Amino acid sequence: MVDSLALAVSVPLVGGLLATAIPKRAQALGLLASLVAVIAVAWVLVGVWQEGSLRSELGGWAAPLGIALVADGLSAALLAMAALVALGVGVYATGYFRRGDAAAHFWPLWLLLWAALNGLLLAADLFNIYVTLELLGLTAAALGALTGSVEAVSANLRYLLVGLLGSMTYLLGVALLYTAHGTLDLGLLAAVIQPGPVAASALVLMTAGLALKAALFPLHFWLPPAHANAPAPVSAALSALVVKAAFYLILRLWLDVFAPVVTPWAASLMGLLGAMAIIWGSWRALRSERLKLLAAYSTVAQIGYLCLFIPLLQALPPGSERDDLFVALVLMALTHGLAKAGLFLAAGLVQRDAGHDRIDDLGGTAQNMPATTFTIALAGTALIGLPPSGSFIGKWILMTSAIESGQWWWILVILVGTLLAAAYVFRVLSRAFNLEPTPRRFVTQARTEVPALLLALASVAVLGLAADSLWRLLGMGEGA
Amino acid sequence: MAQLLYGGAGVVLFALGLWAFLVYTPLLRKLIALNIMGSGVFHLLIAIAERGELPPDPVPHALVLTGIVVAVSATALALAMGRRLEEDEGGR
Repeated sequence: MVDSLALAVSVPLVGGLLATAIPKRAQALGLLASLVAVIAVAWVLVGVWQEGSLRSELGGWAAPLGIALVADGLSAALLAMAALVALGVGVYATGYFRRGDAAAHFWPLWLLLWAALNGLLLAADLFNIYVTLELLGLTAAALGALTGSVEAVSANLRYLLVGLLGSMTYLLGVALLYTAHGTLDLGLLAAVIQPGPVAASALVLMTAGLALKAALFPLHFWLPPAHANAPAPVSAALSALVVKAAFYLILRLWLDVFAPVVTPWAASLMGLLGAMAIIWGSWRALRSERLKLLAAYSTVAQIGYLCLFIPLLQALPPGSERDDLFVALVLMALTHGLAKAGLFLAAGLVQRDAGHDRIDDLGGTAQNMPATTFTIALAGTALIGLPPSGSFIGKWILMTSAIESGQWWWILVILVGTLLAAAYVFRVLSRAFNLEPTPRRFVTQARTEVPALLLALASVAVLGLAADSLWRLLGMGEGA
Repeated sequence: MAQLLYGGAGVVLFALGLWAFLVYTPLLRKLIALNIMGSGVFHLLIAIAERGELPPDPVPHALVLTGIVVAVSATALALAMGRRLEEDEGGR
């Protein structure tokens, strides 16, 4: 029997290998593999939708020797988001990389990154997470340095080193857990883990390592240069997916595996770091001179919002309120992934059209590239959290829970962050509309502009209006 | 006793590597520091594989083997990027 979980990992992997072997056909092979991989992910999604969760033991070998893949609502939702972004990035890349050389290098690395990402989201044990995390870091750093400019290579070399430091720290945490409990399986660990010095140090080590990779404040210093100097399709994937993968692991550890170990103080510390990330990231985004740097700092702020959920989720007892809050968290993550991918793709087009991406000199962008400006506005809507975007619902539930659990101070942070986000989005738009409005054509290059537009549109319209199905997918609030 | 010695040495190596990674700026020293950190973790994993009379636990061994492969590839990529930077700076 063919296994949808294994396909979701192996299709991009095989596509990447084929693209390496036949560089002349890399683009056609890459697109084909992307399409098949999207179908495989859709299959996983349907399976999770019908059965709640899927598990498969590769080759029939059970744990501890075998490798198991698991999909639940959370991983299926992120898989689907990754597949959408990957499809958009793939189509965009066919129009973005004109020289054959860059395309030949882009496709193998990109498909390998996608395979690593799917493997990470489906991994059922801590060590496979380590391997996929390393693969993700290596391919991301190599992709980011694809332009070969000194800034890009040095920023991504730093990203690579920081990522290695993060995964080594994570691995030490894994070693501690294996010493104490003799298992690496996430489900088994969650059942046996006890509060104590070993579990606490493992949690601290693993969280610190992952926080480095997720660019959680104050460990975000490597992100803005690395993401701002990468080629546009790569920055989109890095900001929307790779950073989110590390955060997904933090979430898994804090909410599933280490749930009995996490104290209110530790959860509040994560919330505090998140709050600082929101303020600092939004402020730096407002002060950025370049559009791509603005988008990168906005990612730092958005990771902060996701961290704000942790103290509230920890404080609420299991029940429908906590379920709602969890879905809101996933909704925020999905919205940001799609919106940020759209924003970075659009920023790449602006940079190519104008020859630079200095925000102050972007006058006339709205006339030259109406569709791209519309994309930036739509993505901005989602980043601010205006209705009907998914992040509007996410922020709404976040603020409601903050009041209900008596942690009202987080609301101040959300308000300041939202105001700053509105300021930095409108700063770009006001520059773009600088000239007399006489747009000639709405779409100038369909192959690159349409994927960006659709991703931004999905973050605003689809996720906002069809948020209901996310509750069902995550198996929560049924009958409500 | 031997287990404690190996495990302890592993943790010391990890701390030494971390210290060197944070203190020194040259790429080569940072890379060596990362590899020492990795060796520290591998030391610890090999130490916990011991089970007295029983044959050693194979799982940590498999982890160390995979870890070494990952560390070698990561080091190679970092060295290649470092060389690219050096060539660019030399060419100016």
